[in-house]
Amino acid sequence: MARVNIDGKDYDLEAGQNLLHACLSERLDLPYFCWHPALGAVGSCRLCAIIDYADEADQRGRLQMACTMPVREGMRVSIAAPFAADFRKQVIEWLMENHPHDCPVCEEGGECHLQDMTVMAGHSMRRYAGRKRTWENQYLGPFLGHEMNRCITCYRCVRYYRDYAGGKDLDAFGSRSRMFFGRQEDGVLESEFAGNLVEVCPTGVFTDKPFSQVYSRKWDLQSAPSVCPNCAVGCNTFPAERYGLLKRVHNRYHGQLNRYFLCDRGRYGSHFVNHDKRIRQAGVRGPDGVFEAGGEDAALEAIAARPRADLIGIGSPRASLEANFALKQLVGGANFCAGLADDEAAAVRAALDVYRGGGFRIPSLAEIEQADAVLVLGEDIANTAPRVALAVRQASRAVAFDMAASAGIPSWQDAGVRGHGQSAKSPLFIASVASTRIDELATATSHGAAPDLARLGFAIAAAVGADAEQSGADDFAAVAARALAAAERPLVIAGTEAREPALIQAAANIAHAIKRKGRDVALALMPMEANSYGVAMLDGGLTLSAALQRMQDGARALVLENDLHRRVAKTQIELGNAVVLDALETPTADAAAVVLPAATYAEQTGTFVNYETRAQRFYQVFEPGGEVAPSWRWIAAIARRCGGEADWAHIDDLTAACASGEFAPLAELAPGAGFRVRANAKVPRQPHRYSGRTAMRANLDIHEPKATVDEETPLAYSMEGENAGDQPGAVVPYVWSPGWNSNQAVFKFQQEVGGPLAGGDPGVCLLGRAEGAGEPAADTVRQASVPQPLQNGAYAAARVHHVFGSDELSAASAPILERTPAPYVLLNPADAKKLQAAEGAGVRIDELGMSAEVRLDNAVRPGVVGIAQGLPGAGVLATAAVHLAADPDFVRASSGDANVIARG
Amino acid sequence: MTATDRPLIGPVDAAGGALDLVSYESYGGYAGARAALTSMAPAEVIDLVKEANLRGRGGAGFPTGMKWGFVPQGDAADGGPKYLVCNADEMEPGTFKDRFLLENNPHLLVEGMIVGAWAIGAGRGYVFIRGEYHKPYRQLQRAIDEAYAKGYLGRGIFGTGFDFELRIHRSAGRYICGEETALLNALEGKRAQPRQKPPFPPASGAWGRPTIVNNVETFCNVPAIIRNGAQWYQALGIGDDAGTKLYGVSGRVNNPGLWELPIGTPIREIIEEHAGGMRDGYRLRGVLPGGASTDFLVAEHLDLAMDYGTIQAAGSRMGTGTMIVMDDSICPVDMCRNLEHFFAQESCGFCTPCRDGLPWVEQMLTDIEEGRGKEGDLELLERNAMFIGGVTNTFCLHAPGAIEPLASGLRYFREDFEAHVKTGRCPYR
Repeated sequence: MARVNIDGKDYDLEAGQNLLHACLSERLDLPYFCWHPALGAVGSCRLCAIIDYADEADQRGRLQMACTMPVREGMRVSIAAPFAADFRKQVIEWLMENHPHDCPVCEEGGECHLQDMTVMAGHSMRRYAGRKRTWENQYLGPFLGHEMNRCITCYRCVRYYRDYAGGKDLDAFGSRSRMFFGRQEDGVLESEFAGNLVEVCPTGVFTDKPFSQVYSRKWDLQSAPSVCPNCAVGCNTFPAERYGLLKRVHNRYHGQLNRYFLCDRGRYGSHFVNHDKRIRQAGVRGPDGVFEAGGEDAALEAIAARPRADLIGIGSPRASLEANFALKQLVGGANFCAGLADDEAAAVRAALDVYRGGGFRIPSLAEIEQADAVLVLGEDIANTAPRVALAVRQASRAVAFDMAASAGIPSWQDAGVRGHGQSAKSPLFIASVASTRIDELATATSHGAAPDLARLGFAIAAAVGADAEQSGADDFAAVAARALAAAERPLVIAGTEAREPALIQAAANIAHAIKRKGRDVALALMPMEANSYGVAMLDGGLTLSAALQRMQDGARALVLENDLHRRVAKTQIELGNAVVLDALETPTADAAAVVLPAATYAEQTGTFVNYETRAQRFYQVFEPGGEVAPSWRWIAAIARRCGGEADWAHIDDLTAACASGEFAPLAELAPGAGFRVRANAKVPRQPHRYSGRTAMRANLDIHEPKATVDEETPLAYSMEGENAGDQPGAVVPYVWSPGWNSNQAVFKFQQEVGGPLAGGDPGVCLLGRAEGAGEPAADTVRQASVPQPLQNGAYAAARVHHVFGSDELSAASAPILERTPAPYVLLNPADAKKLQAAEGAGVRIDELGMSAEVRLDNAVRPGVVGIAQGLPGAGVLATAAVHLAADPDFVRASSGDANVIARG
Repeated sequence: MTATDRPLIGPVDAAGGALDLVSYESYGGYAGARAALTSMAPAEVIDLVKEANLRGRGGAGFPTGMKWGFVPQGDAADGGPKYLVCNADEMEPGTFKDRFLLENNPHLLVEGMIVGAWAIGAGRGYVFIRGEYHKPYRQLQRAIDEAYAKGYLGRGIFGTGFDFELRIHRSAGRYICGEETALLNALEGKRAQPRQKPPFPPASGAWGRPTIVNNVETFCNVPAIIRNGAQWYQALGIGDDAGTKLYGVSGRVNNPGLWELPIGTPIREIIEEHAGGMRDGYRLRGVLPGGASTDFLVAEHLDLAMDYGTIQAAGSRMGTGTMIVMDDSICPVDMCRNLEHFFAQESCGFCTPCRDGLPWVEQMLTDIEEGRGKEGDLELLERNAMFIGGVTNTFCLHAPGAIEPLASGLRYFREDFEAHVKTGRCPYR
C-alpha cells in the first residue's frame, strides 16, 4: 500500500498499480477510454489526465496520464485541477471532431461510454468547423454491426480481439486521423469471442446485430442476474427483455468466472427464447393423433388419469436443479434418470467421483488464467467450453509476465509486457482428437482417439510419478510431465466430451501424481451442459437405457426438457405414453402423449451447477405469459393432482428442500424472496429511466395491467428499488451508476477494479472447495482399463463438437444457426485419399445411416475419424468404430458463414 | 580547419568525393575500430565516449556513452542477443546531413557501429534507412559488402573472437519511424507507432532485447574519438558541447548547403559566412534552427551559439542542426500551414492530441490563410498549441515537436496572423 493524496484527501492505494486503476478502485470519477481492466494500459487516448505535484510546495505540478503512472508512496495528485480538467475537455473535443452526431439512431445511445465521458469532461460546444471523415462499413457476419464513422480510435477493439482473444482477422489499418478498424475485406469475424467487441468498444462502432434488429434503449430493457445455459462454464449474464422478447445478452461480471468476457455461443445463443417453435400451450394428443390445446387442466387431468406408480422421470442436464429435483421427488429416486446417455453418464459419474475424492483445487476461470503450466487432455475446450479456452490463452502468458516483472515492467503496462515477452509462452500441452484453436499456443500436441489419449494420460501420470525430470526422454508424455511437475500452479483440464471415463481417471492420476510432488495442482473436469453435474449429483437410480426399456415396456415417462433423439438412436425411443415438458418443439415433444409448455431459463428462477460444481442462481428476467410455466411448477401441479406430497409453493421452498447432503451449501446459494436492500427495498429489474410503462402494451389493451408482484425473488418488476451495488452479487440485475450509463459502470459494483463484486461473487461450490482438501481416496488413483486399438479396417470413431451448433439450445438461436455447419467428419488427408473423398465431399457413415461432409485435418491420426456431434441432422454416435465409404451423391449443405470457424 | 579537425567529412573533401574502403583506410579508417576491439574493454569504450561528451546527433542530444551504459553487461546480462540499430530514417524537413554521410563516407558509419556493437556486446546491427534514400542505400550496402569482404564485419572481426552482423532495413516510409521505438516496431514488422516508455530500448528494445538506437551522425563521431581521445574531441567544440556538428542551411540564402563546423558555432557565422547571407532583396524573418519541428528563432537570436544548451535557453532546440531560413517574402501563416499539414499527415494515429489535434490546427490555418479566418481562431490555435505542446500530454514527442513552429510563429509573427483574420486575405498573395 502507498499513501497518496488526491485532491487534498489521503488514500491508501496499491503501490505499483497504475494510478487510473487505483483511482477507479476508490470509485473516483476519472474519465478514460483506452484503458480496460482486462487489457491494461497503453496511454493512447490521453483522457485520464491528472496533475502530478512534486511535493507540498509544488503548486504548478505536471500534467500526466494516470493510466501510465505507477502509484508510489507520498504521491500528490489532483483530478480536479482546472488545467487537467481543461485538458480532458480538450481531448473530448478532439475526439468529437469526426464523431457523427447520430446518437438518436445509434445503438450505443444511452449506454455509451463516449457520451458519459463527454458529459463528465464538460465538452458541450462544438468549435471544429472542418469536414468529418467518413468510411464505408464492412459486413462482419451475423453477430456484429460495423459503423466506423463513430470510431474514436481508442484501439480497444484490436487490443481485445488480437492481443487478448488471439483473433487474426481484425486489425488497425491506415494512420494519422484516418485509422480504420476492421477486416482486410468484408466477411465474418472468425473469433468465437468477437461479440465482446460490442462491450469493449466505448461507442457504437461494433454493435450487437441481432439486438439492432429488435432494438430498445438500455434504459428500456428489463433484466435480471442470470447464468448462461449454453455450456457448463456457467458464465454470468444479463439477459435483457422488452415487449416479451429476449433482446440481448450482456456480460455480467463475476470476479472468479467470466469476469469481463463471454463467448459468442453465450452472447448470441439465447434467441431460442424467442423461437417460433416455442411450445406455448399444453397439449394432449387426441385419438386422431393431433395435439389438442385444451388448457392446463385438461393436460393435468390426462396425466392424472393413469396411476402414479407407473411413472418414471427422465431429467435433463439443461433443466434447472430444482426441476430435476422436483421430478426425482415425484417419481422416486429409483425411477429417476438423469437423462444422459449411459456412456456420458458414466463419464460424468467418474468426474464427480474424482471431484469427491478431493486432493486438488477445482479452478475457477480466474484461477485457470493464473496457471503457469497447463495440460488439456482429450477435451476440445475451444468448442465445448470456449470461455475456458480463452482463460487458457491468458495462462499461456504467465512466462511473459514473469519476464516483464524481472525487467521491472509493471503487469498493467500492456505494450511493454507484450513487447518484452514477444512470443514467449508458458508450457501448454494439448492432447486431442483433432487440431484445436489453441494449438498455436501449445508447447506440444498429441493426437488420437479417446482411448489413445487416455493411455497417453496414464503415461504422463506415470512419468510425473517416476521423476521424469531426471530422465532425458523427449516424448510428449515426458516433456509434459516435466513441465507440470516443475510448475508452481500446474493445471490439468479434461472432460466428458469423449464420454471416456478412462480419460477422466488418467487426468485425475496426473493431478494426484503432481500433488504428491508437493505442488498446488488444479484439475478441471468439464461436463457438456449447463447443469450436467447438478442432475448427475441427484444420483437417479435409472440409466437411460433402462428407462428407455421401461418405456418400451409401456411405462409412462415424464421427460423433462430433454430431446432424447439427441442422446440415443431413434429406434430405441418409444414416447407413446410420455409426458414431455419442454420449451421448444423437439422430435421428442412431437411424439409425446402430453406436452407441457416449459419456461426457458430467462423466464424462471432456478439453479445450475457448473463445471466447478458451483451452484449459481439465475433469476427470472421476464414473465413468459400464457400457460408457459417453470417446469418445477408443472411437476408440482402434477404431484398435487396425483395426490403427492410435493408441497413447494415457491422456488425457495424447493431449493431448501433440495439443500441436504452434498447440496447442503445451497442454503447459502443466493438471497431468497424475503431479502430486502436497506430500507425494505427490493432490487429493481428496470433502470430508473425505464419508459413507457403505462403505454407499452396500449396497442393490445388500453388498460394498463397491474405490475406483477414478484413473490419468488428479491427482484421487482419495477424501476423502483435499490441497485446501488452493495447488495449480494447474486442480485445485481444491471450495472448503472450516476454518470456511468455504459457497462463501464461495473467498477462501481466491485470491491476494487477487477476484484470480487462488492457484495461478493455469486454462487456456492458444492464439492472440492473444502479447506485443506486431503489426500485422494485410494480408489481414485486406480489404473482404469482402457479400450484397445481397433482392428478389421474400421475407423475409430471420435466425438468432436462445434462451438456453434453442437449445443442444443444455442443451435436453436437464429444468429447461431447462421454460423452452424452441416454435419461433418474430420479425416486425416491420407485416409480421405484412401476413401477417395476430398475436402467438402461426402462420406457415408454406415453405423449412423447418414452422410457427412469431409473436412481434412492433418492432426487427426490415420485410422481415426472425428464425427461432429450435436449439429442439426447429425446422427447419434453410439459405437467405438464406424465404417466409412465415399458418397458420390452427397450435396454440400453448409453456407459460407457457417464454415468460417475452422476446427483448428 | 584541417581535415582532422573535421573527422566526419574532412576526408571526403580531401579525397574529392565519396570514399571507398581503400581510400577510407588511407585516411586512417578502421584504425579506431581495430584499436577498440583489440586493445579496449567494452567498458573502456563506453567510458571514453562518456568522457568525450558525445551527445546524440539525431536531435535530442542525449549523452551517447550514458545511453550505451544502460545496456546490461557482464553478470547483469542474460546472455541473450542484443541489438545495435542505426537510425538513418532522415525525414525531418530541411534536413539532409545523414544523407551526405551515407553517400560519401559510409564506412565511417560502419566503423562507428562496429565500435558501438563491441561496446554494448551486440551481435547484430541494423541500419534503418529512409525508403527514398536510394543512393545512400547503395553506397552503404557497397560499404557493408566491402567490410564483410575484408573481415571487418561478420565472424571474428580483426582476428578477435567478436562477431557482428550488419544489415540494412529499408523503411516503408513514415516520418514517425525516426522516433526510436516506432522505428523498432517497424523493424519488427509491426505498426510504426512509438512504444510506452519505460521500458527504454537499452533494457527492452528490438524483439524485447537490449537495444541501442543511435543516429547516423552520432555513430560517425565515434571512430575519431577512439583514435584521438576524449580531450581532442572535447577541444573540437566551441562551448560546452564537444566535437563537430554538421550544420546545414536551406532557404533564400546565397549558398545553401552543409558544413562540418565546431559545435557551438554562432548562427550568424553559419548563415552569413558559410551560407553566404541572404540573397539580394530578401530579409531574414525567422529561422527554424534544427529542422521543421523546432521553434522559430528570429534576427535577434542570430548571435547565439548553435549548441544544445544555448538554443534551448532561447526557447527552441538545436535539433538536427540543419536550419530553414524564412525570408520576408514567405507568409508565416502559410509556412505554418505547410508544416502542420506535413506533421498531421505523418502522425501515426495512436494518441488523440496528435491524431486529432494536428488536423484541426491544419484546418484552421488553411482557413486563415485562405481568408476564412474568424475572430477567436488565434486563441483557439493557441489553446490547441498549448495542449498539444506539453511533452507529457502526448504519447511521444511527435506532436509537441510538430506544434513548435506554430507556437513560436504565433508569438513572433502575431501581426501576420492577425492581418489575415482582420482583412480576410493573405497579405502575401
